[in-house]
Amino acid sequence: MKRIITATVHNRSGVLNRVTGLLAKRQFNIESISVGRTETEGVSKMTFVVDVEDERKLEQLSKQLNKQIDVIKVSDITDKQIVARELAMVKVLTTPQQRGELQAIIEPFRASIIDVSKESMTVQITGDSDKVDAMIELLRPYGLKELARTGVTAFTRGQQRQQTEMKPYSILN
Amino acid sequence: MRASAEPKPKQEAEPIVKTGADLLVEALISQKVETIFGYPGGAVLPIYDALYRAKGSFDHVLPRHEQGGIHAAEGYARVSRKPGVVIGTSGPGATNLITGIADAMMDSLPLVVFTGQVAKSVIGTDAFQESDVMGITTPITKHNYQVQDLEDLPRIVNEAFHIASTGRPGPVVVDIPKDISSTVYEKDVQSEFHLPGYQPTIKPNPLQVNKLREALVIAKKPVVLTGAGILHAGGSDALMKFVENYDLPVTSTLLGLGAFPGHHHRFLGMAGMHGTYAANMALYECDLLINIGARFDDRLTGNLKHFAPNARIAHIDIDPAEIGKNVTTEIPIVSDAKKAIEKLNDLEPATLDHQEWVDKLESNKQNYPLWHNDSEDVILPQYLLRKVHEFTDGEAVVTTDVGQHQMWAAQYYTFNRPDRWVTSGGLGTMGFGFPAAIGAQIAEKDSTVVAIVGDGGFQMTMQEMSLLQERGLPVKVIIVNNQALGMVRQWQEKFYDERYSESIIDTQPNFVKMAEAYDLNGYKFESVQEIDEKLADVLNDDKPAVIDCRVVQQENVYPMIAPGKGSHEMIGVMKP
Repeated sequence: MKRIITATVHNRSGVLNRVTGLLAKRQFNIESISVGRTETEGVSKMTFVVDVEDERKLEQLSKQLNKQIDVIKVSDITDKQIVARELAMVKVLTTPQQRGELQAIIEPFRASIIDVSKESMTVQITGDSDKVDAMIELLRPYGLKELARTGVTAFTRGQQRQQTEMKPYSILN
Repeated sequence: MRASAEPKPKQEAEPIVKTGADLLVEALISQKVETIFGYPGGAVLPIYDALYRAKGSFDHVLPRHEQGGIHAAEGYARVSRKPGVVIGTSGPGATNLITGIADAMMDSLPLVVFTGQVAKSVIGTDAFQESDVMGITTPITKHNYQVQDLEDLPRIVNEAFHIASTGRPGPVVVDIPKDISSTVYEKDVQSEFHLPGYQPTIKPNPLQVNKLREALVIAKKPVVLTGAGILHAGGSDALMKFVENYDLPVTSTLLGLGAFPGHHHRFLGMAGMHGTYAANMALYECDLLINIGARFDDRLTGNLKHFAPNARIAHIDIDPAEIGKNVTTEIPIVSDAKKAIEKLNDLEPATLDHQEWVDKLESNKQNYPLWHNDSEDVILPQYLLRKVHEFTDGEAVVTTDVGQHQMWAAQYYTFNRPDRWVTSGGLGTMGFGFPAAIGAQIAEKDSTVVAIVGDGGFQMTMQEMSLLQERGLPVKVIIVNNQALGMVRQWQEKFYDERYSESIIDTQPNFVKMAEAYDLNGYKFESVQEIDEKLADVLNDDKPAVIDCRVVQQENVYPMIAPGKGSHEMIGVMKP
């Protein structure tokens, strides 16, 4: 099962190496990983998309991450209300005649063209992974010259949907 | 958290020039370090110069190979429960320490290892004696640092000691570039630290403790498994009270031996691959397994499919990642072992309805004890170990390598007190036992320390006989000499149709002469008579000794759970 895990970490040399090394050593399958600074000085956030077999393996993953001295907090946000985005850049082979056609394809995805040359065009798309996948599949028949994806970065929404089974009633209704 | 480094003495005439290395030395003094196991070299010259200036502050132990030094530090740490401090130079100095670091990681021993590094300006240029210590040690340390700024040094040292010795202990490496240790510093530096990402859970959750007690009072077939976590926590007395409150049968992992007295009538012996029948059957048949400070290692559990199939599992461990890692756990208690047991002891004791169970275990103990062949002439290794126990009153600190002699020591040297047993469990390191004994002897000057080693393992680190010669440390080395890599030979006999590939080593040095070359007393015993007549005197002598005991080569360690089998599928339970 695919899970999205975030970890806030001290931004120290070696921390990325320690975390990825740990995942490799314990045979976790990382699909993507993205790292960047946060609003707090000296603190970075890592977002992993991992493919784990079962609950126990997932629990191990978060415990092993938590055990690292430079890891401050680990959350599995897969089942939460989240915003998750990734960015992809796709260099597609195009003849000048096809440019308009491609423009029409990418428009519904709110992707944009960021570079054009004689025989290719580079498209930038931002969104959740499914959307990125869908657009890439549409572009594939034209011939993908180069493709780069940042991996997912994500966090929870400002407001979480009520998790309880009971409906929240108020006195007014 | 920790007090800052001691205030520097003010001298008005000429201000003392101090370097990063002096800062390190001051931090070590403030950590109350008494013994350092280290080996000098280019990148640690400034550190050794500072140690020279601080002469008298530490006992510096100079091994003859870095591996010997770090294993000695492990032995020191295991017996004293204080962090072992190690210094090595960059490049080969650091890489020679790797086995010891990995060993300490597996067996949760607190070590603080300082490695020299080439100057920051040349890191990454493949400079002379440069190695990527951070890269190499990351997977085998609890934490590691490379000091980037002189001002961070005292704080990092204090953090390193804190991390190594609290929570689940482990090795911490501090890599110090040469320019950092040689830079002169003037201003005061901060040594306080705050580690928001490292807050080990020490106290148990009372709800979980209550749950364990509830499970216990209704259990018909409870058993306690003791691990090294009890030893690290100093929880043996609390454990005794707990066991007696409920009259519980107890078994142990290899590393947990001594946490509960081996001669106690409720002790079933060690469990696992070469554990006793009574212990392994207790694990197999129990309905409640209380694991205190053990990590359900594969050598203990055998095939997980058959491990404690009908039991509710309670697991007390300071490391939450160990709970549920291998065995699904119903009652997890993240806590220091001693604190958790004390909490249990605070609850009202109960009388369990388990007479049938303890009777059965008792009859297993009586009917299927450990057995070995007898001889009135040649030495059987099991007989040798029993005699070592007898001649040292079971009070010695015993260290071992890995293999047959280790298992026989575990089986036949009954440990009745905690912290007497120093063995390489998780990593299974040959060459560990002898240097570990040196470290243990340094930690406990007055104890009898016996290194039980194989003829193979001893030859891996025997250069440390120099330390016995130099310091007159009365370590007794017993070479259980079967002229073979015994455990390899046993497996080849059992599982590879007796194809003894490279496991018989009949060309050996003359160990007696070897000892004499180091001005040590060397002995060679080849018969039961010699053991009976001479061994006691040698062991109780206050001089070091190397004793080459020629034992029967074909002896195997039994009982045994063959690889892939469950703990109820032992072979060699009874004498054929």
